[in-house]
Amino acid sequence: MTKRPIDEITGTETTGHEWDGIRELDTPMPRWWLITFYLTIAWSIVYCVLYPAIPLINTNTQGTLGYSSRGELTKSLEKAREAQTGLREKIKSSSLAAIIADPQLFSFAKAGGKAAFKVNCVQCHGSGAEGSVGNPNLNDDDWLWGGKLEDIHLTIKHGARYEQDDDTRLSDMPAFGKDELLDKTQIEQVADYVLSLSKGSADASSSGAKIFAEQCASCHGETGAGDRSVGAPALNDQIWLYGGDKKTVIESIHNSRKAVMPAWAHRLDVETIKQLAIYVHSLGGGEK
Amino acid sequence: MTKPTQIEQFNVQAVNKGGAKKLFAATKKIYPKRVEGKFRQLKWLIMTVTLAIYYITPWLRWDRGEFAPDQAVLVDLANRRFYFFFIEIWPQEFFYVAGLLIMAGIGLFLITSVWGRAWCGYTCPQTVWVDLFLVIERAIEGDRNARIKLDKAPMSFTKLRLKATKHFVWLLVAISTGGAWIFYFADAPSLFVSFFKFEAPFVAYSTVGILTATTYIFGGFMREQVCTYMCPWPRIQAAMLDEESLVVTYNDYRGEPRTAHRKKHANDDAPQVPMGDCIDCNKCVVVCPMGIDIRDGQQLECITCALCIDACDSVMEKVGKPTGLISYATLKEYNDAAAGKPVENSVPILFRPRTLIYSAIWCLVGLSMLFVLATRSRLDVNVLHDRNPLIVKLSDGSIRNGYTVKILNMEPKRHTAFFSFKGLPKGYMRIEQEGAKLIKNGERYQLTLEPDVLRELKIYVTMPRSFLPQSDQSFKFVAEIPASEEHHETPAKFHVKKY
Repeated sequence: MTKRPIDEITGTETTGHEWDGIRELDTPMPRWWLITFYLTIAWSIVYCVLYPAIPLINTNTQGTLGYSSRGELTKSLEKAREAQTGLREKIKSSSLAAIIADPQLFSFAKAGGKAAFKVNCVQCHGSGAEGSVGNPNLNDDDWLWGGKLEDIHLTIKHGARYEQDDDTRLSDMPAFGKDELLDKTQIEQVADYVLSLSKGSADASSSGAKIFAEQCASCHGETGAGDRSVGAPALNDQIWLYGGDKKTVIESIHNSRKAVMPAWAHRLDVETIKQLAIYVHSLGGGEK
Repeated sequence: MTKPTQIEQFNVQAVNKGGAKKLFAATKKIYPKRVEGKFRQLKWLIMTVTLAIYYITPWLRWDRGEFAPDQAVLVDLANRRFYFFFIEIWPQEFFYVAGLLIMAGIGLFLITSVWGRAWCGYTCPQTVWVDLFLVIERAIEGDRNARIKLDKAPMSFTKLRLKATKHFVWLLVAISTGGAWIFYFADAPSLFVSFFKFEAPFVAYSTVGILTATTYIFGGFMREQVCTYMCPWPRIQAAMLDEESLVVTYNDYRGEPRTAHRKKHANDDAPQVPMGDCIDCNKCVVVCPMGIDIRDGQQLECITCALCIDACDSVMEKVGKPTGLISYATLKEYNDAAAGKPVENSVPILFRPRTLIYSAIWCLVGLSMLFVLATRSRLDVNVLHDRNPLIVKLSDGSIRNGYTVKILNMEPKRHTAFFSFKGLPKGYMRIEQEGAKLIKNGERYQLTLEPDVLRELKIYVTMPRSFLPQSDQSFKFVAEIPASEEHHETPAKFHVKKY
């Protein structure tokens, strides 16, 4: 090793680099620091052996401990599920009324229902359950088949117009236009009457009113208040599932509407369906 | 001129003396010698006070009533509360701690600009605990010479016994240091009991373990290495000092040329040999816990603990010279004295723009925090409007908005509060948790607020179809606690349209 210049004042070696007459001292590092540095290298080697570390072409070294972050996730999910078993069992065996009476079960059911909703229901009802054309808004107080906890539970369990389920909610409004039960003028007249019901300006003597009384009142009620036992929507309120303009109403009468909701009893377990019912019921429109 | 005195000459060299050193030098072990003097007295005092504060604080009690812990200083991480005597802080009030840290930073700058590295020399935990470890070492193995001798001696029963005793006592100190720390985070008396019954949470044991290890290693082995190589502060403080900051100064104009064998020179009857006051006994070097020679001038390693001043003063007294050959002096005082000019008193150094600005910032932060603390409300209401859906149209055409309202009762007392809203005539609200009751605009609804908890309410506000506003309307949620005269209004918005 060549002898390096020594700084006169400190007596310490310099690196030999010089900037405008200023030279850099080469003060030695303490040895313990060097040892620490070697220890970190040793640590990294041990780490590379124990844990997944080195990328290969299609995969990477797996490490002898068999660790993977995905495995960690699976483990923690299993742990969480295990922790939930007690509550889930309780939900399974309790009645809906008993569940909402117990604050702990209630909040667990709501949270579980929310999670299940995000996976199974948002595709039609939207992430905030606000619905869309043909898919009911679940936040409001307008229910086709009833807004009590049991009603909602039954609807989720068996669906609506879901042929594979014998207990499904079934309403079968005739397609008055397509099946030629009413002609074009009659449909227009009854559509006008239906719209006037929700505006509060219904004229009982109009020809539309007569057609309504003959053809529609048996399900939708004489005042158009609807009938939840047969899934006939209220026509005298401000909520329209498909739209409240005349063209849409005519279309509904002409073709009828046959939206389908699947029966979830075949896909989800008992406790999840109960949780879903409790969650939907808690959105602000649930009835006692 | 000089009395014949018995001043021991020490054969020692500063650890940072230059020379052609090898890369990655082995650390030279330092054997600081015991020294007496006024600064040593001051250091004993500060060491006792700071250690006492550290160990005793968690055991102080402070009555806060039945709904809050009675520990005077408690960082309750599990329940997210911080208690400091009469102050209770919730997580969202953490800015007080940030303010304290800012004050600590500015305070450190202020102290540094006036008294130099007083923090390093007297109060830094590293300094205090190293001092404590040195006391133990000295009590067991003896003073400097005995320790050097012991280290050089071959292994024997006596050596083993002394070393084992020392490390045992060190470990006891280290464990009680780590042990005291955890008492700041839980009820000290009950944690103390459960700790020894091995029923305390794992984090308590791991914290004690880690702090025991760091105390033992830093206090027993790393010592000055921590200051010189690990701590950033010595490097920052170079920028904080100026010519009016107090530093430990060797007054070389008085001391040089140092003369080790002045008796011989005196006997030689050779007055032509110039002699400074420094008798080159190296006592200032052997007492230095950093192992440096202050006579080389101000250095990165110097923590200004002033033990070399004590050492030198005792020697000067013995040889009958005025003390203060090594002294606390500013660079300005040193320059003036070296040039033979009268030295001004060092009190005015407090009043210069730099220290005044630091003090002003420090006071400003402190006073504004005090003001905020004194006027803060112990009731808070946060309102979150539902975003999905933003509005809900009901079957009768009215519009409903949903809100999550969080009422924070930050006092450890149960309160009867009244909750209402105003600014939406004809509107009504329903509190989901309180049942089906409809509450009109301006009507006060009575709520019970549990002590020291956040109460979350789901609230639906509905405007009837015939009174719907044309556009989004601002209104207010009002929370009141008559007992403590708290009145809190939180603005909110009622939306009528989807966007």
